[in-house]
Amino acid sequence: MAEVPIEVHVNGTARPATVEPRLTLADFLRERCHLTGTHLGCEHGVCGACTVLLDGEAVRSCLVFAVQADGAEVTTIEGIAPDGELSPVQAAFRDHHGLQCGFCTPGFVLSATAFLRDHHQPSDDEIRTGLSGNLCRCTGYQGILVAVRAAAGTAAG
Amino acid sequence: MKPAPFEYHAPTTPAEAVDLLSGLGDGAKVLAGGQSLVPMLALRLAVFEHLVDVRRVEGIRGIERQNGTVRIGAGTTQAAIERSPEVAAAVPLLARATPLIGHFQIRNRGTLGGSLAHADPAAEYPAVALALDAELEILSAQGTRRVRAGDFFTGLWTTAVADDELLTAVTFPVWAGRGGFAVDEVARRHGDFALAGACVAVGLDGEGRVDRCGIGLFGLGPVPLRAPAAESAAWGLAAGDVDPVELGRAATADLAEVPDDLHAPADYRRRVGAVTVARAWRRAVEEAQGG
Repeated sequence: MAEVPIEVHVNGTARPATVEPRLTLADFLRERCHLTGTHLGCEHGVCGACTVLLDGEAVRSCLVFAVQADGAEVTTIEGIAPDGELSPVQAAFRDHHGLQCGFCTPGFVLSATAFLRDHHQPSDDEIRTGLSGNLCRCTGYQGILVAVRAAAGTAAG
Repeated sequence: MKPAPFEYHAPTTPAEAVDLLSGLGDGAKVLAGGQSLVPMLALRLAVFEHLVDVRRVEGIRGIERQNGTVRIGAGTTQAAIERSPEVAAAVPLLARATPLIGHFQIRNRGTLGGSLAHADPAAEYPAVALALDAELEILSAQGTRRVRAGDFFTGLWTTAVADDELLTAVTFPVWAGRGGFAVDEVARRHGDFALAGACVAVGLDGEGRVDRCGIGLFGLGPVPLRAPAAESAAWGLAAGDVDPVELGRAATADLAEVPDDLHAPADYRRRVGAVTVARAWRRAVEEAQGG
């Protein structure tokens, strides 16, 4: 099966590569770009752990082939804040116990970041709906809800 | 959870896309947003030798208000439909069904045409297309043909689109006058496919009698369905004289192949289906009476 040349811009860096068409964007990020902050839970679009921003929009990177991201801009958890700093959403997750084991956290942070960009004063119901595409097995979600509510109140949120 | 290998094609024009499809035959599948196809490939429920990605194909995206209709390119994302003021104003049923599809991350990729061509019997858009009598434009090397939604869904996950054809656009009629529109569904979790659901479009004349009515059902058979018996029972009656519970019963009484699985037995689904019809009817009528 013919490999395909692509160039994906990941966290501001051009990443030219030649890939098998069946390689998902998630596997491209993890295995070819060595950005292992994007986690893979279910690999069929249910759990949301692999959520990244594709041209600014939150998507499941396990449901996008790398070839479909040719020419696109991708932001992963590694690119959400400058090195050594936390984004407002990340800081809120830390402050409000929005994570325990951390497996689902990158997906939640990316989803919440995109959600808060589009919803400035979200109600709790809207936050719950906005987070419903991400699964967490540890927290019971209350800490995550509180974190996103808090991040919504910060200027950069 | 890795798809089997396939060849990738990314045509840039509709003509190029259908030429490819016609040459590749049934070993090829159209890749639109991929939110249904890619999970099926990952689980290897489906295997194709070729995927024809339509993301670069020109002219199959966008929302256009025309004379009495709204024409939406098949490649338009559900997110774009959700955000569109034209759709909200002119095709409220489509607008109201959209937030029920998956999650916002799914709707950022998923497309109108992808939903309809995938034709999941529990999905919202096929039932909306049926209830509104939408018309689908299907392109092949021979040209464009138009198929009414009522003739489009031919079997489980099967539509009128042949292997060498591409769904390019969908036209929804704009209901003038006093209309009301509502979708109701029961799903186990937000964003899941519904166990059962219904969408209702109702129009009232000057005296408040039902003079137009479309009821779409999803999750209640191997294909998305309309409820003709319930529709004709309501037709011509004063809206206030229609008993929503009775209407729900009429809409679901004759269903022959209600899914029966570990999530819900058929009897339960049928009862839930009747309730969703009744709820959607009440809301639609309320809106039509207020408008």
